[in-house]
Amino acid sequence: MNAISQSILTLIILAPLAGAVLVALVPDRAKLPNWIALLTSLVTFGLALHLPTHFVLGQSGFQFEINRPWIENPAIFYHVGVDGLSVWLVVLTGLLAPIGVIASWSAIKERRKVFYSLFLVQQTAMFGVFISLDLMLYYGFWELSLVPMAILIAMYGRKDGPKAAMKFFLFTFIPSAPLLVAILWLYAQTGSFDFATLQILITHGSLPAGPLCWAAFAFLLAFAVKVPVFPLHGWLADTFSEAPVAMAMIVAGKLGLYSMLRFHVGLFPVQARALAPYLVALAVIGILYGACLALVQRDFWRLLAFAALSHLSLITLGIYGLAFTGWNGAVYQILSHGVVDGALFLLLGVLETRYATSQINLYGGLATRLPRTATLFVITTLAMIGLPMLSGFVGEFLILSSTFSSVSRGFAVAAALGVILGAAYMLWLVQRLFYGPESQLATSRPGDDLHFRELAVLWPLAVLMLVMGLAPSLWLSAIGQGAAPPRLKTQYAPGYVTGTVIPSGGQR
Amino acid sequence: MNPVPDIFRILPEVILTLTGVAVMLIDASLPPGWARRPLGWVAALGTTLALWASLWQLSLPVGTAFYSTVESSPFTVFFHVLVCGIVLVSLLLSLDTLPEDSHHQGEFYALIVFGAVGMCLLTAAVELLVVFIALEISSIATYILAGYRKETGRGPEAAIKYFLLGSFATAFLLYGVALIFGATGTTQIYEVARRAASAENHSLLLAALALMLVGILFKVSAAPFHVWTPDVYEGAPSPVVALMSTAPKAATFALLLRVTYEMLPSLRPIWLPLLWVVAVLSMTVGNLAALRQENVKRMLAYSSIAHAGYLLAAFAGLGSSGIAAASFYTAAYAAMNVGIFAVITVASGYEEKLPFVQDFRGLIYRSPLLGSLLIFFLVSLVGIPFTGGFFGKFYSFSAAVGGGAVWLAIIGLLNSGLAAAYYLRLALAAAQHPARNGDDAVVYTPQVGVAVGAALLLAVAATLVLGIVPNEVLRAAEAGAHTLQAPPVPAGSSLITNTLPPTP
Repeated sequence: MNAISQSILTLIILAPLAGAVLVALVPDRAKLPNWIALLTSLVTFGLALHLPTHFVLGQSGFQFEINRPWIENPAIFYHVGVDGLSVWLVVLTGLLAPIGVIASWSAIKERRKVFYSLFLVQQTAMFGVFISLDLMLYYGFWELSLVPMAILIAMYGRKDGPKAAMKFFLFTFIPSAPLLVAILWLYAQTGSFDFATLQILITHGSLPAGPLCWAAFAFLLAFAVKVPVFPLHGWLADTFSEAPVAMAMIVAGKLGLYSMLRFHVGLFPVQARALAPYLVALAVIGILYGACLALVQRDFWRLLAFAALSHLSLITLGIYGLAFTGWNGAVYQILSHGVVDGALFLLLGVLETRYATSQINLYGGLATRLPRTATLFVITTLAMIGLPMLSGFVGEFLILSSTFSSVSRGFAVAAALGVILGAAYMLWLVQRLFYGPESQLATSRPGDDLHFRELAVLWPLAVLMLVMGLAPSLWLSAIGQGAAPPRLKTQYAPGYVTGTVIPSGGQR
Repeated sequence: MNPVPDIFRILPEVILTLTGVAVMLIDASLPPGWARRPLGWVAALGTTLALWASLWQLSLPVGTAFYSTVESSPFTVFFHVLVCGIVLVSLLLSLDTLPEDSHHQGEFYALIVFGAVGMCLLTAAVELLVVFIALEISSIATYILAGYRKETGRGPEAAIKYFLLGSFATAFLLYGVALIFGATGTTQIYEVARRAASAENHSLLLAALALMLVGILFKVSAAPFHVWTPDVYEGAPSPVVALMSTAPKAATFALLLRVTYEMLPSLRPIWLPLLWVVAVLSMTVGNLAALRQENVKRMLAYSSIAHAGYLLAAFAGLGSSGIAAASFYTAAYAAMNVGIFAVITVASGYEEKLPFVQDFRGLIYRSPLLGSLLIFFLVSLVGIPFTGGFFGKFYSFSAAVGGGAVWLAIIGLLNSGLAAAYYLRLALAAAQHPARNGDDAVVYTPQVGVAVGAALLLAVAATLVLGIVPNEVLRAAEAGAHTLQAPPVPAGSSLITNTLPPTP
């Protein structure tokens, strides 16, 4: 391990924070805040790329670990590290940051300093969540991630920002109170906030079973709201339609799903298995419900929100199938969803900036005026609906096949139906936006196609979607090493192609 | 036996008194036309000196002075530093916000400093009569300060309300002290503790405890003794509210810690459930009432009632963990509450041009600095990690869980979810885009001067330090807690008490 590897994670956390301070200090002139934010996010992305290039495949456990005491009493450690599960999520977060800056470049006109400072603080919080291995540290970043988002929704909301921001904040903040109690209870029982220690103590120790179930449930509840899982999705549509494009793009889904993998199933395997059937059912409902609602939305942000509900539910299905293939598919799908959704947000943001509306029925026939936008939009759409050879296909296929073989055929069929509906609403959206007769809106302004800045982001993303669809093993080799349901990792590690079911029973 | 000169034990109080006297005398001897503003700097300088003197006291061995009436120990130093810090910030805040031609500006600074004398003495006193005198010194100063804005009508109303109710509360406390003397034949706190532990009949002590608690809980504005708080906060000038919502409360919490943990630990089974109920009532009443407030200062008044509740939850903690948690919470609460009142003072000015939550709409667009700071302090009040508010709540509820009061912690955390709603309403209003059509809306653009800038910087730094690197403060709080748990043996006899036999 060289010197950089020893402190790379600290650098990744601190770089956006330093950028945020810098943005707050410079004068708001000549797009200076934009440039600093862009530069910071590019540097951070570069730092994040250090991780996969120096990641040692085949080495179990966490890498790039840093473990230093932070607070003496109670013993809270600054303990960070990544494994196969989180390494690509860190990179994805780093990748989305410059895209977010580009998406906000001309959309954010006022109070740019506040916007970019908070945007970068949000980056820090996201990185923190993905790399924290101490529960209190994790909780700190988890809560911190709420604040910039809520403020920015209130500041730049399209119609009623404060209301949407309040909804977003309270929906996530209130379930995190039981989460904190559960963490404190674990500490009272074990004297440790450390993830690895707790994992061993919970699986093999003698913690009282009843309260442990409640603790696991408290964890799950906090994460399920954040994802969101079906009946808890009330905040999602308002947040998507009010939040600045960049913010919605970077936070969507990832935090909650990762937390489920790491801190719910990873920490409480037995309790998670007990609840898995319910979550699988809720996930399937979410897939279908989200897809159906997406079909009837008139506003493309809301459509995207319900599409996200559908896709995130699919990933939840993959997680709570508790099979190795499903987990690989789930993590892969988080990555793919991040990239594809990022591109989609950027494109729709471009449309909204140019035409000042998000009403789908006002659009139409844009393809002749904005050919490059249309091309990229179609590619992104195809990746999203899971066309083979594009990124969306791999994850969907892994999740569905795993569900089919190891969970339930019925659910797999239902989930596949959701995928078909997904193709329907996305293609219909493309048709309504870009094809058909030219609408009044399209003719009312000169066609202002994608600028170089946007193309410079979107084409690499499109290529990335293609590569992710063609050569998934580039990513899956690392993911497969970290992302395994607990205990399966030690017992059935090589058999992931066949999608082994977790042996039930165990230590109950 | 005691090599430390008595005067060293009360050095901060002496410095503050001299400063106050100096400010008054200079004020009286200046020609009427001269600016009184430099007096504020004199007061700030004196307070800073007192703060250093308190820190210097750490090098003294723990002990008492003046016939065992005052003590200097890590516990007293902790609260001295806290009080002096708050007073310093309030002085800096007043320097820039009091109108230049304000009447009696010299008195204003002198009163703040005299109030600080009382508060510091309150935390140092280990003799109930000195406690009473200290409480009166600090209260009388705050009664006058509350009515400083005579021109509004609200000011005198606040002062009269505060004075009448406050006098009643102090009378209760004094009656309690009398009963303590009746029950144990002494008013020296260690002595009372020793005799109470061996007392067979507790009835008189119980009555004394109840009366003293009424007086103390009134001063910290805990429910059901909180009704004065919103009216007084609304009427008093904002810099004064910044002071009186934090410093006297901090000092009175120190007294409460002394009375419960040091003087009557033997009655823990009695006072613990009482404080449990008061804690739950304060949180719930404060938060529910704050939800409905449109006036920002009233909202923050109810929020301070709720925070008194969170703080009282720490009393469920066993031994030093409870004391340390309560001390830490006091510091965290003081940092963020002074901060938010500082922002509000600057944003709405001495005349309070922005009384309502909706008036703060678009603050971040009008003044990014003040808007961001307002949101920052509100985020800390909500209790988001990496701010002082989080660790305050964290330690308080951990102490409660450690003492077996899991339900208290759960009620407290649910309450903080409730509280997030109203804090957020203000924060989000400040973040919202200003109304486009309303030209008649307030277009007051606040200015941040040097003194106010320093005050804000201190408050922000304190809130961040308590949230990110709380180790030092926590260690200080624990050191204080240990001295409270193991009080020094009083050297020799105290003033009068030992000569009197226990009451027949």
